[in-house]
Amino acid sequence: MARQTPLFKLHQELQARLVDFGGWDMPVQYSSQIGEHHAVRRAAGVFDVSHMCVVDLRGERARAFLQRLLANDVARLTAPGRALYSCMLNEAGGVLDDLIVYFLDERFLRLVVNAGTRDKDLAWIRRHAAEFGVEVTERTDLAMLAVQGPEARAKAARLLPAAQAEAALALPVFTGRELGSWFVARTGYTGEAGFEIMLPAAEAVPAWRSLNALGVASCGLGARDTLRLEAGMNLYGNDMDESTHPYESNLGWTVALEPAQRDFIGRAALERIQREGAARRLVGLVLEDRGVLRSHQRVSTAQGGAGEITSGTFSPTLERSIALARVPADSRGSVQVEIRGRQLPARIVRPPFVRHGKSLIS
Amino acid sequence: MSNVPQELRYTKSHEWVRTLPDGTVEIGITDHAQHALGDLVFVEVPEAGRTVQPGEACAVVESVKAASDVYAPLGGEITAGNPELAAAPETVNADAYGKGWLLRLRPAPGALAAAGLLSAADYEKVLTAEGG
Repeated sequence: MARQTPLFKLHQELQARLVDFGGWDMPVQYSSQIGEHHAVRRAAGVFDVSHMCVVDLRGERARAFLQRLLANDVARLTAPGRALYSCMLNEAGGVLDDLIVYFLDERFLRLVVNAGTRDKDLAWIRRHAAEFGVEVTERTDLAMLAVQGPEARAKAARLLPAAQAEAALALPVFTGRELGSWFVARTGYTGEAGFEIMLPAAEAVPAWRSLNALGVASCGLGARDTLRLEAGMNLYGNDMDESTHPYESNLGWTVALEPAQRDFIGRAALERIQREGAARRLVGLVLEDRGVLRSHQRVSTAQGGAGEITSGTFSPTLERSIALARVPADSRGSVQVEIRGRQLPARIVRPPFVRHGKSLIS
Repeated sequence: MSNVPQELRYTKSHEWVRTLPDGTVEIGITDHAQHALGDLVFVEVPEAGRTVQPGEACAVVESVKAASDVYAPLGGEITAGNPELAAAPETVNADAYGKGWLLRLRPAPGALAAAGLLSAADYEKVLTAEGG
């Protein structure tokens, strides 16, 4: 029996196509996946991301615990509300999950982790939290909405009382704040401006209806996937997992090896990989011909190497196919991708492909 | 509820077949199929002159989500692939039974009768059984 978010009945009422996603009944699309994609690039859309797992960490040593648990360094979080993107690694440097951590105060930090890795993550977090005396609480009482697009913040702010709306609109990038019963953060997974809002489950349906009434389009996980891929953002389980490390996942920028004395889980393995040099890297591909790149298609590089597409799709903004692919580290220039027995030309680019509605691909 | 025109014949795998006045047949995917696939972004149709067996994969329709094969409802020689779909795959979503046709073929002798195509009423029963 798949789990349901507090918005499940509303999705049914809106005639969403519901699919199993990591053990949850989730809307993949409402009317048109491409239409929903464009709504976010051009105006505003709202996604139900309540399946994601919010984990509150409380204790005197909460920060010290996360400096052990995470590859990025929460010492970078000084102002209350600041957020940080990080990988959580195993001892071998493999990616257990990617997550966002919010610093609320010295005794209170909040993680948002992926739905599909919830049980594994919670077990791992609890196991390591014990020695730091940190209290771990899964916030199953919260729903989460992502409101994304160039008009998203202005529209979402209209759901708040005036003073809170002003505070929400004043939030710097990658910062969150408690506003009444809501936690509003200027984060997202689309490459557009917007908020992610954590709110009491009972308030989710009225908030969604109010957003719809303001012209914010209901958007499914299908559009979320094409938007994140255009934005060059990885999807856990596709683009990285426990068998891959951050340096071959285009996530080296999230690993903080300084200061040298911070002993985070996976550090020794990453130092060795850094010394020896990563054998592979994750790159962007743009297909030169018509067709659609898909995960697991084989890639042959101009340098004679072989690789594989980890995520591929049709980009509604670019009107051509794009992908992320893991290829040998020396790969440059053009590649061939095998699609149904034919070799089609593609070229290596640096993600993101699209940012704030604009193509970054020549 | 899906649109199922009375004058066409169907397969359980959601292709439709229209007999043209010259004895060739036109083949496409049903309204139910295009709806289930979602927005199409790429369509590959066969070249004229190719011979296909019944049940052989003869075209590919790709939506944002996934690629799906289209199977020849009957054997014969391809006389045309729809040349408009390379540039405008969304035509299949907009007009599945008309401008969104995928291919035309000249049936092999006896192929049409042997194909076991479904009437509109029987295809509707297939859809009902699938919960569509």
